[in-house]
Amino acid sequence: MADKTAQIEETDEGTILFNVPLPQNVELLKDLSPIVLKQPYHIDYIHSYGQDSPWFAGLANKRLLGTRCQKCGYRFATPKLSCMECGGDCDWVEMPQEGKIHTFTVCEFGSEEFLKETPFILCLVEFENFNTLLLSRLIGVDPREASLSWVGMKVKAKFRRNSKFKPTDVYFVPA
Amino acid sequence: MRPVYGVSGGVSKFKKARPDKTFQAIVKEAVVYTLQDIGLEYPKFLEIVDGSVASYFSDHFTRQLMAGIMVQDYLGLTPKPSHRVEGGGATGGLCFQEAWKSIASGDMDICLAYGFETMSHVNTWKGNEFIALASDVSFDYPVGGFYSGYYAMMVVRHMKEYGTTVEQMAHVSVKNHMNAYHNPYAQKRQKLTIGDVRGAPIVAWPLTRLDICVMSDGAACTLLASEDGLKKIEKATGKRVNAVKVAGIGRGTDAMRMSDRPHKDVPLLPHEKESDYVGKRFVGGKLKYPGIHSFRAGRMASLNAYKHAGIKDPLKEIDFVELHDAYTSSEIQTYEDMGLCRYGEGGEFATTGETFMPGIDYGLKLKKEPVCPVNPSGGLIACGHPVGATGLMQAVFAMWQLQGTIGKHFEDNKLQLKNPRRGAIHSHAGTGTYVTVSILEKN
Repeated sequence: MADKTAQIEETDEGTILFNVPLPQNVELLKDLSPIVLKQPYHIDYIHSYGQDSPWFAGLANKRLLGTRCQKCGYRFATPKLSCMECGGDCDWVEMPQEGKIHTFTVCEFGSEEFLKETPFILCLVEFENFNTLLLSRLIGVDPREASLSWVGMKVKAKFRRNSKFKPTDVYFVPA
Repeated sequence: MRPVYGVSGGVSKFKKARPDKTFQAIVKEAVVYTLQDIGLEYPKFLEIVDGSVASYFSDHFTRQLMAGIMVQDYLGLTPKPSHRVEGGGATGGLCFQEAWKSIASGDMDICLAYGFETMSHVNTWKGNEFIALASDVSFDYPVGGFYSGYYAMMVVRHMKEYGTTVEQMAHVSVKNHMNAYHNPYAQKRQKLTIGDVRGAPIVAWPLTRLDICVMSDGAACTLLASEDGLKKIEKATGKRVNAVKVAGIGRGTDAMRMSDRPHKDVPLLPHEKESDYVGKRFVGGKLKYPGIHSFRAGRMASLNAYKHAGIKDPLKEIDFVELHDAYTSSEIQTYEDMGLCRYGEGGEFATTGETFMPGIDYGLKLKKEPVCPVNPSGGLIACGHPVGATGLMQAVFAMWQLQGTIGKHFEDNKLQLKNPRRGAIHSHAGTGTYVTVSILEKN
């Protein structure tokens, strides 16, 4: 069947111009097409995890860490070293490595850095006795079979053998 | 605090890309329209305006810091006072409220609130990345997080908790796109069916491309004034100003990371009772709030704004709402935050017809007559979302609605409500981190 909407791929590459046409009469210049050019922009950031660093060190050792408020006992499954409930200081605690899917989505699209990984599944995991959740990747289920029945699914943590010191050093699979 | 009035406003056409002008010149389009609407000559405006507030979200999109001052000088407003506000998707709403504060406090009599975003400088996937940097870059972004994904996770929980359906969400898309069909400023003017919305490619399950707003280039501005400011404008133009009163403002916040949102008791609006949120329909017999199904910042902003404006029962006392529908799902969640219906009832409420416009054929079977049209302009989903301009765009459309001038500005009277007395505008950032609600009234 003929596809009348077929298009050749558009790319960002352009021609290097050394000159542009200009009319003799400068009063016509408001009609000039805008000049649009590509400007590459690359930066290496020196990002510090600061007080959250032990969490990433924990992943490298296959340990999932959370924090617990010294004053009110509130437990954070994504570390916070300052308690958002009472302002108290928090201590590191070991987390259970099994939890339940609180919610999820299948990303068919994403930001540029992760486009090549689509479709991937994002989920928020809830843990017994912890007050907050953890954002992670879920693998081991078919993204094409997404359904609300996945909410509540028991999952367990797995760790990358070669740590990249990213939050994706831990991910979850069905328990 | 002194009373504050909305005098006039302007919006550039929202488009996928505006390579013909830099951001300063796009803002000027909106400003020139604002002044022409009240017959105020530009030099006279420069003489009587006291200052401005500049609104834009991301320095990454422009690759230009201090863009606010570049707009200020392009407009000829230097050396008068100004400052830039930034609060993600709520940037425009914050800008409107900062201009309100400048006047309410007595610091200024006439203040211009202007905003823009030119998002076409990068491809959509890079734009998604820039926006995703407005989530925690240690824990959320590196997992592959991006905003459509975050909102999709929120609505999946809403669906699980309350039985909300994708067809209910699609009703919002059909409504807003159809409204925008009559709005020449909108980027997408489409007549859609529920099937079209569900049949569009999935971006993040269960949200399709037609459940999600698009990136946009555009600008918007509003001119606000005190009573003395109104007199100065009337003297300068020789005409009576058809002003709109800003009856109340409110704001709220929530944790940046969705994972940190707690489970607590819901702050009740005056028309709600504790017993509304207890019972079998809630997981565990009681509403756990906000969780990730609700926007606590939106409830807090509504509480504050309603208190200032003396609103006890919003659905009965507000004639229309321009709310931040970056996603069909977030419009449904926001119905609940703003108390247009109770928590848990947003999905059903989206389909009753109460939020639709009178006199427009949506091709849907709606059980009830319109009560409080939501996003009569077409909202973000259809108008586009040039972030720094969006909250101000809502303010402009709401002002025109209350001034009764939609027909004049849109060259089509289809979206003009009959004698609306009071409207609300609602601006919302990153999964509900900053939210503003402002109440406008016919003067």
